[in-house]
Amino acid sequence: MTRLSRHVTGWLLVLPAMAFLALFTHWPALATFIDSFWSTPKGRRPARFVGAENYQHMLSDPVFWKAAWNNLIFAIGTVPASIALALLMAVWVNDRLTGRTLLRMAYFTPTILPMIAVANIWLFFFTPDYGLLDQLRGLFGGQPWPWLGSAETALACVIVVAVWKEAGFFMIFYLAALQQISPTLGEAAALEGASRWTYFRRVQWPLLMPTTLFVFVNAAINAFRMVDHIFVLTHGGPDNATTLLLYYVYEVGFKFWDTAYAAALTMVLLIALALIAAVQFGVIERRAHYR
Amino acid sequence: MDRRQFIGGASALAVGAMAPGAVSAQAAQEISFFYPVAVGGPITKLIDAYAADFQKDNPGVAVKPIYAGSYQETIVKALTAHKSGTPPVTSVLLSTDMFTLIDEDAIIPFDEFVKTDADKAWLKSFYPAFMENSQTGGKTWGIPFQRSTVVLYWNKEAFKEAGLDPEKPPQTWAEQLDFAQKLTKRDAAGNVTQWGIQIPSSGFPYWLFQGLTTQAGAILANAAGNEVKLDAPEVVEALQYWIDLAQKHKVHPPGVTEWGTTPKDFFERKIAMMWTTTGNLTNVRNNAKFPFGVAMLPAGKRRGSPTGGGNFYIFKKSKPAEQQAAFNFIKWITTPERAARWGIDTGYVAVRADAWDTPAMKDYVAGFPAAAVARDQLPHAVAEFSTHDNQRVTKALNDGLQAAITGAKPPAQAMKDAQTEAMRILKDYK
Amino acid sequence: MSRPDPYAPRGLALTLETAGAWLLAIVWIAPLAYAIWTAFHPQEFSTRFVWNAPLTLENFARVLEAAPFGRYMLNTFVYVTFVLACQLVLCTLAAYGFARYDFFGANVAFALVLAQLMIMPDVLIVENYRTMTKLDLVDTAPGIALPYVASAFGVFLLRQTFKSVPKELDDAARVEGASPLQTLWRVYIPLARPVYVAYALVSISYHWNNFLWPLIVTNSVEARPLTVGLQIFAGVDQGIDWSVICTATLISAAPLLVAFLMFQRQFVQSFMRAGIR
Repeated sequence: MTRLSRHVTGWLLVLPAMAFLALFTHWPALATFIDSFWSTPKGRRPARFVGAENYQHMLSDPVFWKAAWNNLIFAIGTVPASIALALLMAVWVNDRLTGRTLLRMAYFTPTILPMIAVANIWLFFFTPDYGLLDQLRGLFGGQPWPWLGSAETALACVIVVAVWKEAGFFMIFYLAALQQISPTLGEAAALEGASRWTYFRRVQWPLLMPTTLFVFVNAAINAFRMVDHIFVLTHGGPDNATTLLLYYVYEVGFKFWDTAYAAALTMVLLIALALIAAVQFGVIERRAHYR
Repeated sequence: MDRRQFIGGASALAVGAMAPGAVSAQAAQEISFFYPVAVGGPITKLIDAYAADFQKDNPGVAVKPIYAGSYQETIVKALTAHKSGTPPVTSVLLSTDMFTLIDEDAIIPFDEFVKTDADKAWLKSFYPAFMENSQTGGKTWGIPFQRSTVVLYWNKEAFKEAGLDPEKPPQTWAEQLDFAQKLTKRDAAGNVTQWGIQIPSSGFPYWLFQGLTTQAGAILANAAGNEVKLDAPEVVEALQYWIDLAQKHKVHPPGVTEWGTTPKDFFERKIAMMWTTTGNLTNVRNNAKFPFGVAMLPAGKRRGSPTGGGNFYIFKKSKPAEQQAAFNFIKWITTPERAARWGIDTGYVAVRADAWDTPAMKDYVAGFPAAAVARDQLPHAVAEFSTHDNQRVTKALNDGLQAAITGAKPPAQAMKDAQTEAMRILKDYK
Repeated sequence: MSRPDPYAPRGLALTLETAGAWLLAIVWIAPLAYAIWTAFHPQEFSTRFVWNAPLTLENFARVLEAAPFGRYMLNTFVYVTFVLACQLVLCTLAAYGFARYDFFGANVAFALVLAQLMIMPDVLIVENYRTMTKLDLVDTAPGIALPYVASAFGVFLLRQTFKSVPKELDDAARVEGASPLQTLWRVYIPLARPVYVAYALVSISYHWNNFLWPLIVTNSVEARPLTVGLQIFAGVDQGIDWSVICTATLISAAPLLVAFLMFQRQFVQSFMRAGIR
């Protein structure tokens, strides 16, 4: 293969995908970046260059800070919980417990159900008094509680739904990884008299580390883009208690029609995601070297 | 909408004068019409039938309804399309979106089309309460179509059990509180099994709150849409009354209560009285397993309720001939007979007084008097809260209300913060 | 796999773990179980769970009458298939290029691909809508699909897999005179089959449930997918009717649920062999 043909063939192979990416990702993203330094055009008033004004406005916008804070809590609430539950599910399903096919099915169903529809079902679960949660608590003498209607619990509810939605999906990755661990390792550890916990901590957990990283990064990215259920459950309320960054972007862009400010907010979101993606790229590339 | 199907022959249509047969059915001018309901369901069948009937009367014009989802989804679609240069010709959108649409330079006023005396009479025929949200700066930007207002629904069985006259809804704030106290039931452990009243506060609490503020004697926004009074003493008083129902008197469920589940709460006998839209009339009639009543909202200093719902708008970037055809369609669909039929079929308030004098409407009201409550409340109704940069200002108010309801801020403070934020947003529109 | 696992739970531990696993499963399946309960019972039982509540199919009649689900199902099927087919072709070619051709600018190009992992099409709706209008693709299946056809996730996944294919196999094919595309077709694609299955599962479940973009870019019954059709029942302006929401949810999720039930063994095995981790 000549050098020239290597370059030409390589480019020809990646060109179709690159063309679509350029058209539907890079160009719009660049346009968004440029927009963030201009004012929002309104009717006859065209956009004018405003420099960093949109970003300055952001710094003094309490709702932005609230959304950023909420998003941080949302990430802290969803990422470790999803990972832990996914791992637990995978271990259980891997252990050949009674009816594990059914278990696997049960854990995986949330991935298949459309969020926009199941959010309405969760709305019923969280409804005070006759909702499922309060009906169950009522059996034990619990008082009805406005789960979504009070600032203390609304964000937690939104987190629960997100964890429910994604844990089963991540389980599949852990399950695949667990089954690739050679059974001889378990036998050797058993011969040495290691307890099950030691075996998990010293053997399984390190071997699962690459999966954990992969799942971690995906969960972290999801933490910044799962907002479908907020449209149904809380509309970001009460008093912005469940407003996340992407939801706020939607609100500013498609309710307030302040596209310039929405572009600036989008840039913040993109930077957050870029950091996560950088972690992913770095870590996974390094892992590829391990092999 | 499918622009490819537009045919150049549109210009052949003389403005306003469409002789039948002059244009063949194949070359029909297509009027895209965004309507805020999702595809399917009984309402789309009604709209489809209107479009077909209009085409029968006007062979040159084909109205093509496009069902775009909720109001929010519809305005997103309409403005996104407007920004990329191909808006619908006409659309039904929230009456409160008027300032937003004007500021985006998306719509044109109806005044340009109103030429004959008959047209002028038509424009005057709508209830003034509805026109308040359709006019600003001396021009008419929207035509009322599917309008609603807030009313009180009560469970007559619960009234009987509480020793109240099941035929007498509360007339004043004091009575409303008194009834709610009698209607609130607790079990042996002190847990509430039935609340006296619910005024929902999720999503768009400002709308129901406006009922309370109007009754307290406050008007929240001026007609130019650039001045608000959210921290007036009457407004704080109204908010205090609402909060006291839950926190002090414990006759209203605590926290932010969900709009979407409120009718269900009512059917489940969890609440004995509820405030919600007249648009729920059919829903309640079909699903309440007990006799219920519908009443005007109780009076504070006065009676009062905001109006709500959707208006017709005509989009600026469409062709003049299309705009004229859309205007003719809007005139056609708001005749007294059709306005009456639309109100009967959907539960929206018929938008003009003479619609209520049609035989069909008289029959309907005779059989179902509750339907007339909204009409009787209209003289007390005020414009729905609407300003420039409407949704942003509204959010400031909503956030303040929810902060007060959840106890994060005292009412006066919450309203003061909302006022500061609203005026900051509106300073560009002075 | 038939050898006994020394760390398999036994005795009390087994009982506890089984109980825990089932408890969690019940929580996880609860929304689906609730949807099934509510869909088959009259509306007044949508919030009340009585064992002898009468069964009914009335909700299905109402939902099917209210919306053309057959058409929506077809649209979703066309859209999902179209996306997946394009994704497989484009991602395979690009992944092969990145994995085996050290061409000029490859690293920059690959970084540009990865950028899409974090830039969500949902954020770029206004710009993309403008593009679709220019291309005259609003309200068509390609209009919904095109922003997704070049998938960074797919390129990334396949590139990793292709890289793990021994270079000797590639060289052997070349010695026999195979062109790059023939090599790709004969050597790489067969070896990556499990990855394709796993990727297809992820892609299908994402696009089957995709909502915001299809909502914006479609107008007519002829183009709208199931999720957009479904929202008619999710609108809460006049109060929530859980009976129809649940029924509609079941109808629209049924094909995927059945497919997963039938093929779940294959799916899981594909994931295992794909070595996605």
